[in-house]
Amino acid sequence: MKESIDGAGARMRAIAEGIWTDEAEPRLIGGVDADTGRVVFPCPPGGRYEPRALSRTGTLWSYTIQRFRPKSPPYAGPEAFRPWAVGYVELPGEVIVESRIINVPFEDIRIGMPLEMTLVPLDPEAADPVLIHAFQPIGAAA
Amino acid sequence: MSGDVCIVGIGIHPFGRTDGVSGLDQGVFAVRQALADAGVAWQDLQFAYGGSDAAGNPDTMVERLGLTGMQFINVRNGCAAGGSALFSAQMAIKSGEFELGLAVGFDKHPRGAFNALPSEYNLPDWYGDAGYMVTTQFFANKITRYMHLHGISRTTLGRVAEKAFRNAVHAPHAWRREPVALDEILEGAMVSDPYSKYMFCSPAEGGVALILASEKKARELGKPLIRLKAAAMRTRPPKSFEVFAPSVEIGGGTATATQIASAAAFEMAGIGPQDIAIAQLQDTECGAEIMHMAENGFCKDGEQEAWLAEGRTEIGGALPVNTDGGCLACGEPIGASGLRQVYENVVQLRGDGGGRQVPGDPRTAYTHVYGAPGVSAVTILER
Repeated sequence: MKESIDGAGARMRAIAEGIWTDEAEPRLIGGVDADTGRVVFPCPPGGRYEPRALSRTGTLWSYTIQRFRPKSPPYAGPEAFRPWAVGYVELPGEVIVESRIINVPFEDIRIGMPLEMTLVPLDPEAADPVLIHAFQPIGAAA
Repeated sequence: MSGDVCIVGIGIHPFGRTDGVSGLDQGVFAVRQALADAGVAWQDLQFAYGGSDAAGNPDTMVERLGLTGMQFINVRNGCAAGGSALFSAQMAIKSGEFELGLAVGFDKHPRGAFNALPSEYNLPDWYGDAGYMVTTQFFANKITRYMHLHGISRTTLGRVAEKAFRNAVHAPHAWRREPVALDEILEGAMVSDPYSKYMFCSPAEGGVALILASEKKARELGKPLIRLKAAAMRTRPPKSFEVFAPSVEIGGGTATATQIASAAAFEMAGIGPQDIAIAQLQDTECGAEIMHMAENGFCKDGEQEAWLAEGRTEIGGALPVNTDGGCLACGEPIGASGLRQVYENVVQLRGDGGGRQVPGDPRTAYTHVYGAPGVSAVTILER
């Protein structure tokens, strides 16, 4: 079973508003600095940054495996912990974003691999899970 | 003021865990030791700068040491707290305002990784909910990128930890003083790939005090002249990659606060990396020591692989690094950590290092701190 779910569910329970676009294939929403053109993610509040939908695809810039359960608070993931991959994905010409890396065995993760954005439940066992953004190898969910 | 600012007295409370002794009292312990070392009394000090991140207000130590009415300024500056206290203290003497004073730092952190909340870092709550407020993740991502770009092996990371624990055997103030074999380090429980549990330092406790004097005053005291030739503190430039970053600029990770603090310190001292005999470099994790060797100008990116394999950073090597085991073996009480490095260099320049003494009568020594939120502090000492 694949971890990600389709965009229809995404509209129901995003972990927060304004992180990604409300469309079938959601994209992260960055902020473009009006003065410098520099792109950041997420889009900070206030007038200085103009929201922009970022590329759905990119390449892996770096990564690690989270091997222990992060402290709560603030971590809101499941009590029963299984290690997960977290990395940075370079969206060409835009910005490098931090994200879960899913649907790839840990030992097959490589810097430079092409990835696409998807959504994944923070706690797959929860009755009404919230979704967070993730990247997966292109076509992994097909 | 003519001449250099000199360090005339040093004191340290052992790092690690000391149940029942507050961080402040570990600082007081260090101050008393430093006063005795300098041969001066608390009443002789004209001023103090004190750094602590999580163990209370340093100036309250006047209750323990004497209500002399002295000027005492508290410094809270992230991981550069100790370095900033020292910078400020030397400026007070350089300016001609004072001729004898104190830089002190101490801390006492809870066990385990630092427990950070998004709101403290101007980040949205979801970032913490998702499990990203974890410092070890950042360090691991940073070194994975660096290893990829510059051909550093995991064995080289392991060699850094192996050296730290081996050096610490001979450092009475260190916390972890048992040697650990390279295989055990590499095969230890993974925390955040590529780092095993032996490859990270831990939050800890400890206190360090340094007595500073004008050169004139130091001569009056009859102490060997350990000159503070440079002290520089800098914040991050564009394109740095720092802890708790939901995004990084394209091309990020290539510029650091360390690079600019280091360049400023070398310019002040009028010497270069090739002139340094001993270096204490921030080693929050094994990879930090590796990256900081290059960021401080001691080698080029990628050369660390050969340096470690050939033992060039061992005591007795061309450039001994972290002669007391660094943060990996001493732990990292934030307020005290940068001053510990200076303490260790004074010990080495006096020739008092015992089993960890750098041979060859070293005359120059370098310290480097780096940490959240993208700050760095460097000092250069000369004898």
